Amino acid sequence: MAMEITQFLLAAQSADAKVRTEAEANLRQFQEQNLPVFLLSLSVELANNDKPVESRRLAGIVLKNSLDAKDVIRKEQLVQQWMATDISVKSQIKDLLLRTLGSSVPEARHTSAQVIAKIASIEIPQKEWPELIGSLLNYMTQQDRPAALKQATLETLGYVCEEISHQDLVQEEVNAVLTAVVQGMNLAEHGPEVRLAATKALYNALEFAQTNFENEMERNYIMKVVCDTAMSKEVEIRQAAFECLVAIASAYYEVLEPYMQTLFQLTSNAVKGDEETVALQAIEFWSSICDEEIELQEFESPESGDSGPPHSRFIEKALSSLVPLLLETLLKQEEDQDQDDTIWNISMAGGTCLGLVARTVGDDIVPLVMPFVESNILKPDWRCREAATYAFGSILEGPTVEKLSPLVQAGLDFLLAAMKDGNNHVKDTTAWTLSRIFELLHSPASGFSVISPENLKRVVGVLLESLKDAPNVAEKACGAIYYLVQGYEDAGPSSSLLSPCLTDIISCLIATADRTDGGDSKLRSSAYETLNEVVRCSNIAETSPIIAQLLPVIMDKLGQTVEIQIVSSDDREKQGDLQASLCGVLQVIIQKLSSTDDTKPIILQAADQIMILFLKVFGCRSSTVHEEAMLAIGALAYATGPQFEKYMPEFSKYLQMGLQNFEEYQVCGITVGVVGDICRALDDKVLPYCDGIMGLLLKDLASSELHRSVKPPIFSCFGDIALAIGEHFEKYVPYALPMMQGAAEICAQMETADEEMMDYGNQLRRSIFEAYSGILQGFKSVKPDVMVPYAQHLLKFIELVSRDRQRDESVTKAAVAVMGDLADALGSNIKLLFKDCAFYDDFLGECLQSDDEQLKETAGWTQGMIGRVMV
Amino acid sequence: MAPHDLRRPFKRAAITDQQKRRELSLLRQAQNRREAQQQARCLASSILSLQSPVPESEPEQSDIELENASETEQESGALSKDLDVRRASKLRGPEARNWFARQLMLPEWMIDVPDRLSQDWYVFARPAGKRCFVVSSNGTTVSRQRNGSILHHFPSALPAGAKTRDGSGSAQSYCILDCIFHELDQTYYVIDIVCWNGYSLYDCTAEFRFYWLNSKLEESAYTGVMPYVKDGLLFYNKHAHYQTGNTPLVLVWKDEDCSQYVIDTDSKGEIPSQQQVVLELQDDRKLVTSDEPPVLFGCLDGDIIEKSGLHSGNLLRFAISDGGLSFVDGKLEKADLNYLGKANRARAFADTYSKVLFQFMVRHSPLKIDDLLASINSPDDQENNSSDIEMLLNAPSRVTTV
Repeated sequence: MAMEITQFLLAAQSADAKVRTEAEANLRQFQEQNLPVFLLSLSVELANNDKPVESRRLAGIVLKNSLDAKDVIRKEQLVQQWMATDISVKSQIKDLLLRTLGSSVPEARHTSAQVIAKIASIEIPQKEWPELIGSLLNYMTQQDRPAALKQATLETLGYVCEEISHQDLVQEEVNAVLTAVVQGMNLAEHGPEVRLAATKALYNALEFAQTNFENEMERNYIMKVVCDTAMSKEVEIRQAAFECLVAIASAYYEVLEPYMQTLFQLTSNAVKGDEETVALQAIEFWSSICDEEIELQEFESPESGDSGPPHSRFIEKALSSLVPLLLETLLKQEEDQDQDDTIWNISMAGGTCLGLVARTVGDDIVPLVMPFVESNILKPDWRCREAATYAFGSILEGPTVEKLSPLVQAGLDFLLAAMKDGNNHVKDTTAWTLSRIFELLHSPASGFSVISPENLKRVVGVLLESLKDAPNVAEKACGAIYYLVQGYEDAGPSSSLLSPCLTDIISCLIATADRTDGGDSKLRSSAYETLNEVVRCSNIAETSPIIAQLLPVIMDKLGQTVEIQIVSSDDREKQGDLQASLCGVLQVIIQKLSSTDDTKPIILQAADQIMILFLKVFGCRSSTVHEEAMLAIGALAYATGPQFEKYMPEFSKYLQMGLQNFEEYQVCGITVGVVGDICRALDDKVLPYCDGIMGLLLKDLASSELHRSVKPPIFSCFGDIALAIGEHFEKYVPYALPMMQGAAEICAQMETADEEMMDYGNQLRRSIFEAYSGILQGFKSVKPDVMVPYAQHLLKFIELVSRDRQRDESVTKAAVAVMGDLADALGSNIKLLFKDCAFYDDFLGECLQSDDEQLKETAGWTQGMIGRVMV
Repeated sequence: MAPHDLRRPFKRAAITDQQKRRELSLLRQAQNRREAQQQARCLASSILSLQSPVPESEPEQSDIELENASETEQESGALSKDLDVRRASKLRGPEARNWFARQLMLPEWMIDVPDRLSQDWYVFARPAGKRCFVVSSNGTTVSRQRNGSILHHFPSALPAGAKTRDGSGSAQSYCILDCIFHELDQTYYVIDIVCWNGYSLYDCTAEFRFYWLNSKLEESAYTGVMPYVKDGLLFYNKHAHYQTGNTPLVLVWKDEDCSQYVIDTDSKGEIPSQQQVVLELQDDRKLVTSDEPPVLFGCLDGDIIEKSGLHSGNLLRFAISDGGLSFVDGKLEKADLNYLGKANRARAFADTYSKVLFQFMVRHSPLKIDDLLASINSPDDQENNSSDIEMLLNAPSRVTTV
């Protein structure tokens, strides 16, 4: 087998898909037949210096993927699988990996370092690999070891520190690890290779170093070494050291005070004179400080000023030196930087930082920036004019409206005129600045805008003219129109101001979308997305005829896309993008027109043709469904209600296709949402389609392939289906309910330390409750007894959730509601259950005291329902 | 750690509408789901749990103004937003009345004879009296008028309608009946059924619902002697679900022979010389009915609006003058209206189109029982049938008091 695995690993990277698939199947078969031997073979392959580097690298990656996965559930399976592996196999693998760190092949060393860290993440918290740290430290302290081994060891230490918590080791070990890393940065002892690895390792170990950063002496030492390293003569090492400083700014903001003088000097020198990669990190340092202070200010409330972490006001203190430093960077634009979206350079980083500084200090930045704006805005050099405009645009968020509005009002005419500047960059930045102005200082809905009603016509005129400018300028003009119209959303009488301009805006945006010089399709999609906002924000009462006229125009365009000749996969992609944009517009129009009774008939009359178009769009692809078309169909189902039934025979296959799309999980998620729309539209008429839908939803839930974000919506969807078909849900109960119970148990065990997991846990709980609510209400009047056996489990779950202090408000609402549903639907059947549990009174009490009216009402209703049962 | 991964490049296009579309869709779906579930959270229990209303400043007396002495079907027209059941339990006075009015199915007035009258429609004589919901649950029966006020509390023979010795009758067993309370013999006549013994019949056709009512084809609704005072005939389309609010699938028809209240009377109980209508004034001076969508009757003079200090939303009373109503292709083209003044404050809605038309026809060329019978005998209908020319006739059952 050992010989064969090399062949499989090489073949699995073949350019020939057939060879590749076959090799993957062979590997999988090997893995399934004998996992321990498979893992061991991989580590042997990785360790063997006689093997080709390609097979060694893939061996390492497969090994790593056998230990870790992104999906939490899958990851847990892999961890269990590793822990269950024979101990002698495991120790052989670990020995081989440690040995590989000394390999002469850099790729093998690097891959091995990654795998070691993954095993460490499983075993160290369990105290199952106590000798690892000792072995690694040994490699570092023995004088005669080659630099390559030390480099790989440092890399490993960094990865291990990233994976584990300092609490998994005793403090002496933590200290020894950090000492080894920091000593690796020492100029006198090591060559550049080792110092670079050490600096990167420190970066990974910063969080791990928490206790050491709390100790002033150790902190001083680490900071000194990092600052020294930031002045190394090798640019890569300087960059790595600055990356450490950026991370330290975020992680250890509260202890930075004593070092700020030094850090300002270091970063200031780097911004002014160092290589761009280093200068970018130096600017990033200040951006990170801003992030910290903005966050502190957001949490700072005047009433409870004492308890929070200290605000050191570094930006305020450095302001008078920092702002000129950043303004200088704005003059270092690159030619053509506006043509390429991937460019990130010093002037962009500087402008971004300036914007953050403005948000941090507010009004104080204005007098420091305005002289720069005024002295540069009229200069003949385009760089000066662009930098001046960029500076102005950057400080529009943060300072007060009172401070800004006179400046903006005085400058607006100038900016509008500058849309005719001779330089493309200047126009680009001017249009962007206008969009910022509209985003931040134009809110007729709340009664304030820098645009007077008299001025609006001119503003619109200039922007529409700019839609004909170069693609990058036109795209920014779209952005400006987007925010301009957004101001009129729900703006009451003010929204009428926009109505007279609407026809022109719409026709210009369509003309822009039709341009053929937009390069990639970015300008076109910007134009359509702006059109969406225009439709959304228009005053429906005044503009419904205009929107109604737009409908056939967009339908026509969508019809044309179906006719496009498809030769290459590139054509196919372009067709898909265009259809996405047009379906998006249709969705927005459908939603807008179906929102009032007066205009809804327009959609109802066109529904057949719209649906035919969507089906044609689906027909353009063989195995996937079009996400935007699906989204739009949800809106159509909502608008048409029961009438949607006639589309189901044709549409249901695409619905099923969407539900099977594991890879594009967002498509799957959207389809799940559309199932809900259809249930509400068709009610019990959805019944004939339910077997197919439920089968796929259950499969989706069971799949480890499907992205976890789709799973909560599936539970909510169970509720939608049950509510629609009532008693007919009974046949799904034996499948759906165990899934719901299983998910409830996962919720109970879920780790709550991780913020992302906490969010997910909240979503999952809410959706489980929604599923129960729908099912209980669906069975209520006909077959409530079906749910009696599940009542206790549900009640226990509600109890568990009610005791969780971190639960989200939406979870609370769903929990209280489902408790009422339980009582409402099952009535005296569950009298005993309620009698036996004490928690619900406290929980209801808590909810009844809430400030949230909706929650209070729900709790009141639930109280009534339970009261009815208990009498 | 590349900074451009972390920071949204400041000056790059900010428009990412797709995510917004997704989020708005999710928001809409979540809201719809919440509404659907709340609606399901059941009429039955909330009707029961409603607090006794505040002593009503209720329109009962003054409301008679232009309506029949019997409780005419009030139009539910342009009501404000959806209120959910739970919120409704806190409503008082006019709001409670609006909400309850919305829970009942309200007939339109018959202004022409529907096709297939004999095959697709049930008919029965409407008892004169108060329209109300009768709800039995948890061993008691409560009747509530459309204004939310409790009419009576009593034990009944309905499932869960009375305390039983064995204490049986689970909480999910309850009934909701749509009834008319006939003052004279203190009897509830069931005209429709919403829930029976815990089974929701909302989404069942009238045909199915009436099966529960034990329908009997006994006597002619029109001529027959009923144990109650009649107030016109109610026609139910067999296929109609129980739908709240106005519906053309239930029709009411009257003439002098089967109702004491054919032509609207004024507040003194006298028939005015000219037909009076109540219309709603809109923003643009238009005068409309309470139908969905509203039917336009005309425009009000700007002068009158100014002089009388009228606002949009006001309900105004008009007399139909000699010009009457004129029609083109069956649609109202012109109404000769004469402004009388504001409608009684207790009025919540304008008249419906079908009501105005029915009243107009009653005064000029009424739809007669012969027209109805003629339709039944028309060739169209005959080809289908048989000797059974009689419509499916139906007498309301009574709620038996224990």
